[in-house]
Amino acid sequence: MRVYICLKQVPDTETRVKVAASGSQLDETGIKWVINPYDEFAIEEAIKFKEANPQATVTAVTVGPKARVNQALLTAMAMGADDSLLIDCSDALDPLTTAKLLAAAIKKEGEPHLIYTGKLSIDGSFSATGPMLAELLKIPHVSVVSAIQYNGTTLSVQREVEGGTTETYSAPTPALIAANKGLNKPRFASLPGIMKAKKKPMKEIPATELGFNPGMVKVQLTQYELPKDRPACKMIPGEPQQQAKELVRLLREEAKVL
Amino acid sequence: MKVLILVDAINGQPKNTSLELLTAAAGASEIITASFGPGSSQLSLGSWGVTKHYHGEAGALAKHNPAAYLEALFKIVESEKPAVILANSNTLNKDVFARLAVRLDAAFASDVTELQLQPFKARRPLYSGKCTATVTMADGATKILLVRSNQLPVVVQNKSTTPQLIATDVATPTMELTNVAKSTSTALDLTEANIIVSGGRGLKEADNFKLITAMAEPLGATVGASRAVVDLGWVPHSMQVGQTGKTVAPSLYIAAAISGAIQHLAGMSSSKVIVAINSDEKAPIFQKATYGLVGDVFQIAPALAEEFKALQK
Ligand SMILES: Cc1cc2nc3c(=O)[nH]c(=O)nc-3n(C[C@H](O)[C@H](O)[C@H](O)COP(=O)(O)OP(=O)(O)OC[C@H]3O[C@@H](n4cnc5c(N)ncnc54)[C@H](O)[C@@H]3O)c2cc1C
Ligand SMILES: Nc1ncnc2c1ncn2[C@@H]1O[C@H](COP(=O)(O)O)[C@@H](O)[C@H]1O
Repeated sequence: MRVYICLKQVPDTETRVKVAASGSQLDETGIKWVINPYDEFAIEEAIKFKEANPQATVTAVTVGPKARVNQALLTAMAMGADDSLLIDCSDALDPLTTAKLLAAAIKKEGEPHLIYTGKLSIDGSFSATGPMLAELLKIPHVSVVSAIQYNGTTLSVQREVEGGTTETYSAPTPALIAANKGLNKPRFASLPGIMKAKKKPMKEIPATELGFNPGMVKVQLTQYELPKDRPACKMIPGEPQQQAKELVRLLREEAKVL
Repeated sequence: MKVLILVDAINGQPKNTSLELLTAAAGASEIITASFGPGSSQLSLGSWGVTKHYHGEAGALAKHNPAAYLEALFKIVESEKPAVILANSNTLNKDVFARLAVRLDAAFASDVTELQLQPFKARRPLYSGKCTATVTMADGATKILLVRSNQLPVVVQNKSTTPQLIATDVATPTMELTNVAKSTSTALDLTEANIIVSGGRGLKEADNFKLITAMAEPLGATVGASRAVVDLGWVPHSMQVGQTGKTVAPSLYIAAAISGAIQHLAGMSSSKVIVAINSDEKAPIFQKATYGLVGDVFQIAPALAEEFKALQK
């Protein structure tokens, strides 16, 4: 029984964004790369599934430049994934191309029982790669998932949508789950885990071997711009009551938002 | 250029976010719409120049099941072959249109914040709002754009088409939506709200969060929070604003007892007007704020709540 985790390496959330000269990527100097925070919930869920189903094999998969993304796979294996697949690609991809590469690799590797992704990547933030991968593999998916019950060949899955509404889905396996915060508490990689990870298999596949060519990329992001500087803050002095009165006046008369 | 718009309705009327899309498409040679769920055949769309309206009220389309929406929209798109498809950027639509993009081998972008169809120009945030970028889409590919609420202008149109009504249905999908538990709150979702009042760790205790609610209520505002208070368990994660919470852009964002960590700022700094209430005049939130109130939240929040209440009268 194969279980896959798709994870993306992204700049740490502390990163102060600087735009590279090209205008279509970040200046990557000094960036600390981490596993996309939502993908940590995906990893944890897959490991928990394996703990309950020891016959499962958990494979971590990522698409990215091998020199840096191997670290993300090592971390996933240190947390408990059995092995990993590194799809080596240095081009800027759109979610559909990424999903096509993930689908091709998973098809080669072996039929999935479950695939876990994050609900979104905090860099590209398309919330699309997981659903696209599921469509390519013709399996159902549920996104933004905060709870899963495993009942053999069906899953009962909960998620929260806009307005605080909670939806429950019943889906047959194989299925893809895109994890939200709250699904579980990701474990830290232990020291013995880190040592073991170094001996676990990491298979490298050049993206071109999975059919990649740059012409597949249909969406490009260019002309990066930092948010415009906001005018200096207007401080409102005085006693709390005076501050409150003056703020309301400014919100009505100057900013015209009330 | 033929444009297909998925219209979200509330109380039998297109939601404001859908009017934004109808406005963006106003210059297109042909506008067709789709809407599902009870009452979806009743929407008045003629003044927006819509020539065909696909609707589906019953069966699998009665509920917001993305698997059912996908099949219905795929049928519509196969017969209409629109060049551009527009919908609101919400959870349901991301599920549906990401999969539709695979079937059409389309160019897809979610969370679009700027959009012009002719000539085509779109922008969207990256790094949770730390920067924005132009979305370039390959020629010849169908364009699927999911647009965030409250980003585009609404200009009421006075066209007088009579949309042809076409009923759609789909088979029951293998993935079923078995239960929908609506929240009791009537406030708009954070991502749709026009005013947001958020509270942070400086409130000291879960119970003090009621100071935030008391400011929000008279304004009809939605309540948000920093991650610190979500992690403390005072409020659910659905209320978290920031890089690993919701990205919001209301016209007024009030941050009370929130320091303004980079991850929080990423999620709210494109708000039109930002008010910061903090006892520490050096708190980073003041660097993004329009108006700053240095002081004790326990005194300022109740005073503001009173002023907001007075506005109601
Ligand atoms: C991977 C990652 C992702 C993250 N994602 C997010 C995210 O999405 N959203 C988010 O918000 N954070 C996020 N964070 C956390 C972020 O770094 C901060 O820790 C968090 O935003 C702090 O919340 P806070 O401002 O409420 O608390 P604090 O930083 O503790 O600030 C409390 C503030 O209250 C003020 N205060 C205290 N007493 C009073 C008083 N009596 N009156 C007035 N003011 C008072 C203090 O001066 C202080 O400025 C993330 C962190 C990481 C590592
Ligand atoms: N390059 C990648 N390699 C592996 N998984 C990815 C990659 N990009 C995105 N994903 C997965 O898809 C999810 C959603 O990403 P996105 O569509 O960019 O918001 C992420 O949380 C990952 O689980």
